[in-house]
Amino acid sequence: MNSVVGTPMDRVDGAAKVTGQARYAADYPQEGLLHASVVSSTIARGRVVKVNSEKALQVPGVVAVLDHTNRPHVSSYDDDYSDDDAAEGSPFRPLFNDRVLYSSQPLALVIADTLELARYAGSLVTIEYSQQAHQSDLLAALQQTHEAPAETPEPRGDFAGHFAGADAKVDVTYLTANEHHNPMEPHASTVCYQADGSLVIHDKTQGTQNCQEYLHNIFGLPKDKLRVKAAFVGGAFGSGLRPQYQLPLAVMAALHLKRSVRLTLTRQQMFTFGYRPRTQQRLRLGVDKRGALVAIGHDAIGQTSRFEDFTEHLVEWSGMLYQCDNVALSYRLAPLDVYTPLDMRAPGAGSGVLALECAMDELASAAGLDPVELRKRNFASHNGNEGKPYSSKELLACYEQGAERFGWARRQATPGSMRDGNQRIGWGMAGGVWEAMQMKASAKASLDSTGHLTVSSATTDIGTGTYTVMTQIAADAAGIDVGKVTFKLGDSSLPTAPLQGGSFTVSSVGSAVRQACLTLRERLIERARQQRPDLASEADTAFTLENGQVKAGKHSVPLAELLAVDPQQCLEVQVEANPDDKRKPYSTATHSAVFVEVQVDDDLGTVRVTRVVSAVAAGRVVNPKTARSQILGGVVWGVGMALHEESQTDHALGRILNHNLAEYHVPVNADIGDIDVIFVEEDDRVVNALGSKGVGEIGVVGVAAAVANAIYHATGKRVREFPITLDKLI
Amino acid sequence: MTATPDQGALQRPLQMTINGEHKTLTVHPWTTLLDLLREQLDLAGTKKGCDHGQCGACTVLRDGKRINACLTLAVMCEGAELVTIEGLADGDRLHPMQQAFITQDAFQCGYCTPGQICSAVGLANEGRAHNRDDIRELMSGNLCRCGAYSNIVAAVEEALPLIKGARP
Amino acid sequence: MTPFSYHKPASLDEAVSLAGPSSRFIAGGTNLVDLMKENVERPEHLIDITGLALKAIEETPEGGVMIGALVSNADLAWHPLVEARYPLLAQAILAGASPQLRNMASTGGNLLQRTRCYYFYDTGTPCNKREPGSGCPARQGLNRMHAILGASDDCVATHPSDMCVALAALAAVVHVHGPAGARQIPFADFHRLPGDTPQRDNQLAQDELITGIELPAEPFAAHCRYIKVRDRASYAFALVSVAAALQIEKGVIREARLALGGVAHKPWRDPAVEALLQGKPASTELFTHAADALLQAAKPLAQNGFKVSLARNAIIRALSEACAADNSLGEMQ
Repeated sequence: MNSVVGTPMDRVDGAAKVTGQARYAADYPQEGLLHASVVSSTIARGRVVKVNSEKALQVPGVVAVLDHTNRPHVSSYDDDYSDDDAAEGSPFRPLFNDRVLYSSQPLALVIADTLELARYAGSLVTIEYSQQAHQSDLLAALQQTHEAPAETPEPRGDFAGHFAGADAKVDVTYLTANEHHNPMEPHASTVCYQADGSLVIHDKTQGTQNCQEYLHNIFGLPKDKLRVKAAFVGGAFGSGLRPQYQLPLAVMAALHLKRSVRLTLTRQQMFTFGYRPRTQQRLRLGVDKRGALVAIGHDAIGQTSRFEDFTEHLVEWSGMLYQCDNVALSYRLAPLDVYTPLDMRAPGAGSGVLALECAMDELASAAGLDPVELRKRNFASHNGNEGKPYSSKELLACYEQGAERFGWARRQATPGSMRDGNQRIGWGMAGGVWEAMQMKASAKASLDSTGHLTVSSATTDIGTGTYTVMTQIAADAAGIDVGKVTFKLGDSSLPTAPLQGGSFTVSSVGSAVRQACLTLRERLIERARQQRPDLASEADTAFTLENGQVKAGKHSVPLAELLAVDPQQCLEVQVEANPDDKRKPYSTATHSAVFVEVQVDDDLGTVRVTRVVSAVAAGRVVNPKTARSQILGGVVWGVGMALHEESQTDHALGRILNHNLAEYHVPVNADIGDIDVIFVEEDDRVVNALGSKGVGEIGVVGVAAAVANAIYHATGKRVREFPITLDKLI
Repeated sequence: MTATPDQGALQRPLQMTINGEHKTLTVHPWTTLLDLLREQLDLAGTKKGCDHGQCGACTVLRDGKRINACLTLAVMCEGAELVTIEGLADGDRLHPMQQAFITQDAFQCGYCTPGQICSAVGLANEGRAHNRDDIRELMSGNLCRCGAYSNIVAAVEEALPLIKGARP
Repeated sequence: MTPFSYHKPASLDEAVSLAGPSSRFIAGGTNLVDLMKENVERPEHLIDITGLALKAIEETPEGGVMIGALVSNADLAWHPLVEARYPLLAQAILAGASPQLRNMASTGGNLLQRTRCYYFYDTGTPCNKREPGSGCPARQGLNRMHAILGASDDCVATHPSDMCVALAALAAVVHVHGPAGARQIPFADFHRLPGDTPQRDNQLAQDELITGIELPAEPFAAHCRYIKVRDRASYAFALVSVAAALQIEKGVIREARLALGGVAHKPWRDPAVEALLQGKPASTELFTHAADALLQAAKPLAQNGFKVSLARNAIIRALSEACAADNSLGEMQ
């Protein structure tokens, strides 16, 4: 049978998505469903003196108004609010007490017969506060920082000495903005209250079991009474890594009223929880006469909340992407009266590599080197942070193939030297890197007597193509036609899977799926040989399953006969896959080289990204079609990060104010020019048996830097505060 | 406003055609077309992304023209012919735009997709998109956070010539 | 949304008679429904005027065009008369909103769009326009989008429309109908500056209804240009926009119109600056001079100083491109 892994198969859930049949968390109808609406704080810090809900309760159709004084019992322990992606500290406890920790914090929940009534009644709830002074501005809190509780690599060599003696150097500071995930689907939970008091919950999440565990701990409900589902997730990008407050609030309402309840956050409320944090990053880079890096210093300060220390891998990249013996990295946090940040697509690398790769461009200028050449000269085959070789790193091929496709050789080095009418043309590039991780994961494979294979795992598909690629992996491993394979996910009752994030789903869940299906095939062959001695001498590879017959050579046996002994005539295999020990001596990562062309209007400062080439080395690509889409999406994110995205806070009010999609700008179709994706051949026998590293994050890493570097090349102007809006260019 | 008016008394009859089916309904004047579709008619294919006309996820076709259902009061749709994502396919045969979206992988999470597809069909009806840049501009009322834009443009380009009645 | 009653009058007089202090007229609803969802607007009665016969685009006996108030933005922009005679208006409309919104939004409603000031929209913050006397945090807060011209201590909001900038340049006339009958308001007088009553955006009385917009016969079809500068390539409000329209004979400007959007509480136009351009040969120096004159009174806030140079550059660009443009379709008229 031909392998389907590696082929550009259409998405198996494509038809459901283009016909409107795919149901997301808020799309499930439910008999007698109540609707909830959140009332949020207008102050940034203080205490709630009183929640006035009388007027709301007088509205016919309003069932209840919950606040911290009348909510059902919940745990008070920090640990119980923790989850698989929790930051260090005391997690936010919605409606727990009278403390106001940030502006727009949920303080009351109105539950009514209809969505409109809940929203209207919410507008009638007023809250009296006792207000305290707040601080929401990172730049005003740079003196009140503490070391981030992250395992930042120890300094190596003598950074200060070599930086002082470097032949060419840069010492530059960058500012990145707060950005909110803003998946198109707002966070929502539909809690279906069952007759036996158990709950079936459709939630927007990247981890159904993470949510199940969280609810179990907070409400003390047994896990078998809590089933969390997420068949379709309308994007998340990290926003679903932690259970968000709509989930416990909807559950609170359901338990309080013993009714089914839905809570969908408004778009405005999508700005009231985790986000990519604002950072200030100082980069000090030095090279010797040959252009070899002799010193790398990366000092970062990120914002966090007063209740949790959010950390991400912000500075590590500067110690691992390039060869350098003298490296000093530091990472500090500034607590503010804001919500805790949250992992957001390529967390840490998104901001950290942005700063590093802009600084590398500045260094190339300082050293009089072509930006690609500087990077090539400093290629690292070992991860300096870990002192381990990379299992594979086809980054040089990324530089070469990307540059070739882009036409980099025709670039005129002098900034401002390329133009088209009143548009200045700029060509810039940057490198990208992301870890290739693998987590423990389980999968179950089940073959029925018709020859249909159902494989399942509690992972999710946030748009990445999990349904599709797992189907492909399963089909190949089991040796079954891909049309006879179904993959099930998004249900906490399925075999254990890690959160969907970090680009490790294919590596983790895919490995489990593969193992389960290989084992299933082995067992089937074993059985066939036992039952039919005429098959005993056939090689494993000779066995096929077609039309309900297991065949090998000239012989065959009906599948139904082989499965007659199994319960429900189904052969089942469940496995748990763990990262292989052979990974241990290696460092594993994906890499990219991104080339960008921009047009900058001379007089108006407007920037158009007209052309992008992204060359990616991510091991074996399971599905070039969906993988390409991941990279395309990453590029769009990078363009947004470079030019558009910023959650703007009025620091006097401590409140984010562009909390909508008209003024929190994500790129629109017209912002995106031609994008060319190259998957560079990369053979990796170490990372996992699939040889596949994952592509969810790498597509975004480096893009914003390449855009910024292209803008410099167009204009001669280094803008070090992101996003690069036109006011910074005129 | 101090007293809440009698909500029942404010209800209005409404007749409209949805996906070819004649409907006789009763709605509150404040119910948007989007909430009517999603909450009362179980036509949840039309999505709520922002509820403020800023994302296009709720795009449907009213009398052949694309509109944002979230900013449309249902009561103002009296006599309208509405087509939602659920009404585009002909039985099991997908609309050319739907098929092109699959072929070109013009979506990832799929949440903006019904709106994108309805919008693209509206674009075809308008007949104003003559090249890729036109498509980009005229599809800019539909945000896609997954960033599928280039594939969306490819899908629209592929489907335009196949849509009967579409103006070139 | 706060519950409200719904009325659909069959005639203009009936519509006007239904109007009162707690009512709002609704047509496209693209702005009003948005504001009602935000609890910024809480009408008790909605008067749906879409049943009125105000949907025509017709030539006037004077050679101009009369646009019914209920004509959608899209139908207006793509109407042959507008494309041929008023390409400036078509350009401005198509630079605004999204195709979906343009299909819904009405001509009359476009004039009544309210500001996109963050504070106005967020009922969790003070705003003099929303709640007179509550204060204006924008003055010291997030004011990158705000006014550089004509603002007051009480309000620094801008008018968000693109279409209105072109209508201002084209010296449109707003036809309104009220209990006392019909009246006409020159476009320049329609919108107002905030002063100490920023809650009032325009001169329309509560019970008056826009019935149409009249475009006078204008000689600008050949040489006009609308430039909109914004934070992304489409579907964003203007930071600055410019409507420039010129009548040029043998290289000499016979008549000029220049209006700015995104810089004030109303589309900004100064006849004195237009007079500066008239009778002179078109040149970059002249355009620069006009731009400086128009922006002389600019008083930027902490975050929007860039708008002054941006507007200056955009004016020069728009005038230059208007000058260079030759909409031959327009010439034939």
